[in-house]
Amino acid sequence: MRYLPHTEADRRAMLQAIGVPSVDALFRDVPEAVRLKQPVDLPTTKSEIEVERALMSFAQRNLGTGSAPSFLGAGAYRHHVPAAVDHLIQRGEFLTSYTPYQPEVSQGTLQYLFEFQTQVALLTGMEVANASMYDGASSTAEAVMMANRVTKRDRAVISGGLHPHYREVVATHARHLGFALDFAPPDPEGKEDLASRIDDKTSCVVVQNPGFFGQVRDLSALAEAAHAKGALLVVVVTEIVSLGAVTAPGDMGADIVAAEGQSIGNPLGFGGPYVGLFATREKFLRQMPGRLCGQTVDADGQRGFVLTLSTREQHIRREKATSNICTNSGLCALAFTIHLTLLGEDGYTRLAALNHAKAVQLAERIEKEAGLAVVSDSFFNEFTVRLKKKNAAEVVEKLAAQKILGGVPVSRLYPKEAGLADLLLLAATETTTEEDMTALIGALREVA
Amino acid sequence: MSQNPHGTVTGNRGLQLEEPLIFEQGVAGRTGVDLPAAPQVKSRLGKAARKGTIGLPGLSEPQAIRHYTRLSQKNFAIDAGMYPLGSCTMKHNPRLNEKMVRLPGLADLHPMQPQSTVQGALALIDTLAHWLKTLTGMPAVAMSPAAGAQGELCGVMAIKAAHEAKGDHGRKVILVPESAHGTNPATAAACGYSVESIPANERGRVDLDALKAKLGPHVAGIMITNPNTCGLFENDIVEIGKAVHAAGGYFYCDGANFNAIVGRVRPGDLGIDCMHINLHKTFSTPHGGGGPGSGPVVLSAALAPYAPVPFVVHGPDGFKLVEEEAGEAAKAFGRLKGFHGQMGMFVRALTYMMSHGSDGMRQASEDAVLNANYIQARLGDIMTAPFPGPCMHEALFDDRFLNGSGVSTLDMAKALIDEGFHPMTMYFPLVVHGAFLIEPTESEHKATLDQFIAVMRSLVERIKKGDTQFLHDAPKLTPRRRLDETLAARKPVLRWRPAAPERQAAE
Repeated sequence: MRYLPHTEADRRAMLQAIGVPSVDALFRDVPEAVRLKQPVDLPTTKSEIEVERALMSFAQRNLGTGSAPSFLGAGAYRHHVPAAVDHLIQRGEFLTSYTPYQPEVSQGTLQYLFEFQTQVALLTGMEVANASMYDGASSTAEAVMMANRVTKRDRAVISGGLHPHYREVVATHARHLGFALDFAPPDPEGKEDLASRIDDKTSCVVVQNPGFFGQVRDLSALAEAAHAKGALLVVVVTEIVSLGAVTAPGDMGADIVAAEGQSIGNPLGFGGPYVGLFATREKFLRQMPGRLCGQTVDADGQRGFVLTLSTREQHIRREKATSNICTNSGLCALAFTIHLTLLGEDGYTRLAALNHAKAVQLAERIEKEAGLAVVSDSFFNEFTVRLKKKNAAEVVEKLAAQKILGGVPVSRLYPKEAGLADLLLLAATETTTEEDMTALIGALREVA
Repeated sequence: MSQNPHGTVTGNRGLQLEEPLIFEQGVAGRTGVDLPAAPQVKSRLGKAARKGTIGLPGLSEPQAIRHYTRLSQKNFAIDAGMYPLGSCTMKHNPRLNEKMVRLPGLADLHPMQPQSTVQGALALIDTLAHWLKTLTGMPAVAMSPAAGAQGELCGVMAIKAAHEAKGDHGRKVILVPESAHGTNPATAAACGYSVESIPANERGRVDLDALKAKLGPHVAGIMITNPNTCGLFENDIVEIGKAVHAAGGYFYCDGANFNAIVGRVRPGDLGIDCMHINLHKTFSTPHGGGGPGSGPVVLSAALAPYAPVPFVVHGPDGFKLVEEEAGEAAKAFGRLKGFHGQMGMFVRALTYMMSHGSDGMRQASEDAVLNANYIQARLGDIMTAPFPGPCMHEALFDDRFLNGSGVSTLDMAKALIDEGFHPMTMYFPLVVHGAFLIEPTESEHKATLDQFIAVMRSLVERIKKGDTQFLHDAPKLTPRRRLDETLAARKPVLRWRPAAPERQAAE
């Protein structure tokens, strides 16, 4: 077996040094009745050639977004990742290192985390950011639980424009930890009035911007309304490229930003692993979940970095920790920070402008050439379309039969809401071509 | 940098290069990405269009490549050498895994594509699920948890849902051994439970009588790591499971140490109800400097109905992804993350499993256990082991052998770094004073273990002779020496700021 270095002679020599006759003797604490005498009933060892063949046979049964016009979004976006990103994250010193608990031999990881935290703080307009969470949905749940701790209240108001998976994840935590949620209904038109739901028991208002249905909103008034009642504003961002074109949540009064960072540096990968971003105001620092990297000096007085403020975390505080999170998304955070470093201010804002322009082109053509109504009165790179046919899911299946990945039917995420069945989410990014749009519109004219 | 410990003009130490922050070298207007020009359109951003700059630095591609290459060279990694972090299973990460996860048709799949277009992906998840169920002897598995700690949440939430489904709302306590990972009590608390601690016996195992005394109608379940965090197999585990079940509770097994027993013991035969599997430990998906992980949870028949969405089932037209808490998921306890789980980790783990096969995985576990016992045997005469052997996949020592020397476990760890080894896990488990938890994994060959053993022996010899100052000074040969963690916590500097030059802060 190519990954196991011992020869039989090595094993014999080691057993002799230990003073046992066979490896079975080392398993003597395992009760006799449960010791497996034979390998389990699974295939035996395979060469690289055979394993590659097996994995490729899985891959070949899928229609990848790289092989078809794709307009899929709803919280995961296809973007071009520069070649340098994937090259750098595969350096073994990054790929095969552990959490940087030994800072003297982990300065590479620690410095990029410090830079990552700074980048996330800058994008979101917040003061501090952590070293990443699992994904946007779990970040959002952590944000609500943090707001509960900060305000010592236990009821959160959840926008109808929050991604349904995020709503479900927050609800799951609420059910098990025991706090209350006030869900506004799904809001395709972007007309909800969240301010009227806030009272002096509200810990936070959670709103996604751009919203699940596409709308881009100025949240300043909502922030004021929340703060007037002593509640926090949690802003969720599922398309992080948007912040190159949209006002930063921090500049609109957000107290916590929970975001999905997949769009920068990370492939779609069928939904994971992604990278949760988490940023807040400095005054809430001690209530933050997750790992934090901080600057310090070494014994020679040189600048260096360490994991810090770990008295918030489970390995120190155990049942009193701010979260049970341990492993986060280090490698995805690395991909994020490398891609963003390559983009820089100029590249990032131009990328955002390009995404928006592609989406506007698509929306205009949908309206003019396909004769369909765009429901979203504003949007960044994704918007909601109302189809003439009542069942958007069926339309999407028909498009798929023509090898067009024609967006996400809202019913996939809101199966119980009959009134949303004719809504289709369409996204465009810098990877979308005019030919892709022409193919989609031609097909939509036939089937939608 | 004019003053530095190496006396060089640059601050560099040979080819080990100092590297400023990106914010200290970037300039506005420079970029490492060329993009096509955006078509002219009328903005539809509404009233929230960004005004003003963000403050991101601009670097060209060659600058960025150098930056991250230099940073990488300040890291130790499995690729570079032995990384015997106990409880972390730092085994070799096969590069075939990385090649497979990047295949077109896997890497470029969108999670919300029509299911008819992702049948291969669903088949892959189903295949991995089959391997995990077969290896653990459990009937069901929840694939979506993002990491071990989220897997723990998954298991404890399923336990809670199962009690509630029976109308049993009186169980408010989860029992956790003193030696447990911190995530266990943190998880129980995150599910609204209070935590009661179970003591260990003199053999480093759960004290069965103390456990039985704590059981009752108020106990929802127990969380036990097996093999435990002392590197020992809980030989009363079948009894423990029976006692917990007799008291109406459920048995959560923390699978962090599954690598010791893959192919030799099926946790399902031990009477457990759920166990998370860290794909990034046992099944070689890369640790990546702290994630991403993946923590599928195998479930007993009693807990399987409460598994979270989504999950894959066999439908009439092929594989089907159940995403809604209805129908076959009517009892699901909820959802833990967006989309369907850590697919990139599933591909890597399945690649590892297929490469090893059932025989190779069994051999890997045997070699992991052999390696740990070899270390324990070769160091047992000069270091002090709190519990008699044999151990499983990790060897545990305490710090009694350092008594009176003025040397701490930390000092030993830092001296190991100067010898080119990553330190073992220190001061964990908490039940052992000054713990050294050494997990070599099956990836290390005998020559490396012999070198590690020789280094440890030479350190102890020097301590015995009173030659200890070098230990307090270590490490000396690293990109940075011991860092001031107190300063970092007392005056947190968590980001770069243009107004506060960091050199000032450093002085």
